[in-house]
Amino acid sequence: MNLNLHVWRQSGPQDKGRMEQIQATGISADMSFLEMLDKVNEDLIAAGQEPIAFDHDCREGICGTCSLMINGVAHGPDGATTTCQLHMRSFQDGDAIYMEPWRARAFPVIRDLMVDRSSFDRIVEAGGYVSVNAGAAPDAHANLIPKAEADLAMDAAACIGCGACVASCPNGSAMLFVAAKIGHLAHLPQGQPERARRARAMVAQMDVEGFGACSNHFECEAVCPKEIPVRFIAEMNRDFLKASLCGQE
Amino acid sequence: MNRTAKTLRSTIGAKALMAVTGVALLLFVLGHMVGNLQVFGGRDMLNKYAHTLQSLGPLLWVIRGALLAILLLHVWAALQVTRANRAARPVAYEHARQDLATSYAARTMLVSGVVVVLFLIYHVLHFTVGAVDFAGSYGGHADLDGTEVHDVYGMVIGGFKHLPTALIYVVANLILVMHIAHGAASLLQTLGFRSQANAGKVRAFGLGFGVLIGIGNLAMPLSIMFGMVGD
Repeated sequence: MNLNLHVWRQSGPQDKGRMEQIQATGISADMSFLEMLDKVNEDLIAAGQEPIAFDHDCREGICGTCSLMINGVAHGPDGATTTCQLHMRSFQDGDAIYMEPWRARAFPVIRDLMVDRSSFDRIVEAGGYVSVNAGAAPDAHANLIPKAEADLAMDAAACIGCGACVASCPNGSAMLFVAAKIGHLAHLPQGQPERARRARAMVAQMDVEGFGACSNHFECEAVCPKEIPVRFIAEMNRDFLKASLCGQE
Repeated sequence: MNRTAKTLRSTIGAKALMAVTGVALLLFVLGHMVGNLQVFGGRDMLNKYAHTLQSLGPLLWVIRGALLAILLLHVWAALQVTRANRAARPVAYEHARQDLATSYAARTMLVSGVVVVLFLIYHVLHFTVGAVDFAGSYGGHADLDGTEVHDVYGMVIGGFKHLPTALIYVVANLILVMHIAHGAASLLQTLGFRSQANAGKVRAFGLGFGVLIGIGNLAMPLSIMFGMVGD
């Protein structure tokens, strides 16, 4: 199949950037979206042009490195799918495909379609962990956790930190990400001692990074490749308000 | 106090302030509607209700002041959040971001909010102050059990018999319904009461509250406009 690509090209953080039209030819419907980009890049290099810079790593849908706003939808048209797991059979021959980087003040563009997501790392550094003494692994049954709670913790822990929630939010809000990182610990006994401090510190860092607020559009939930529900945002709000207003340490 | 101020300046705190003041405003809108529905009970019933409220004296001004303060806090929180949201995405997408989950009401909260505030100003100038009275129905008096009182009933009937005035109220209330339909459901999520299990009920509550206010508030101008109520 042949495709009419509209790709964001930007040579560096200081460059203004622009959309560029690129014709993709000889694309197989069985290629993944990133394999399609690999093919386009090989053709660009063969023609002596700059290849398109884009983020990728595991290509198995589990690392959260790939991104891409595809025709205005984070990770493209398929639900619960990362860009690397999106396949070209989701498109038709002759389609126009718009590719843009995640857009947020806290995600500055590095080059073309690559953005700097270290603001997410700083939010996690602010409190997305449990402080434990290292040593021998404890017995598996040392902490009894009800199955339902363990499942909820896993639902939140499925977050791969790709940033699709921010990219798709009309407000550029990171609340689904932060809520998932708070939520997976809030549902486990190990997360309890630092629960209040964690909620306050991580939300404070989220605000410092310049992410927007939640207007309950729930666009984040709709594009999340791991289908993390917005219930965790409600739980984060509760944790944050309780911790902040009651002055819990 | 410092702790509260710091919390309110955070994105979640500002949203919580908007939600809590929203609850107060919803209760006011509900009470206001129930009180005014007494127009269907006839001249004496509505005039007596209005006279009772006006006889509250200083307490009336305390209530008015509190309502104004709550409204201003609601607007301040909305502006604070809007400013943060706009700043969060300085470069827009070239291909419009597609909406997959949100609603028209949710996307237009700022616009509907501004319309409601403008309508509120008009509404107070119309029925409370009497400064903007296109229908010319303000300022009459009526007899209530031997006492001369403001003829609120006559003012309302005369006001809504004037077609442009009635239409302003109809349109403004439809926009208010939309604002409430998103707001009433949204505040439950913001304050942390929404879960996957009750998500449907939360949505229905917002829509139901909005529709309830819509039916009550639209019944008055529409029934008077079509001559079903009044003398």
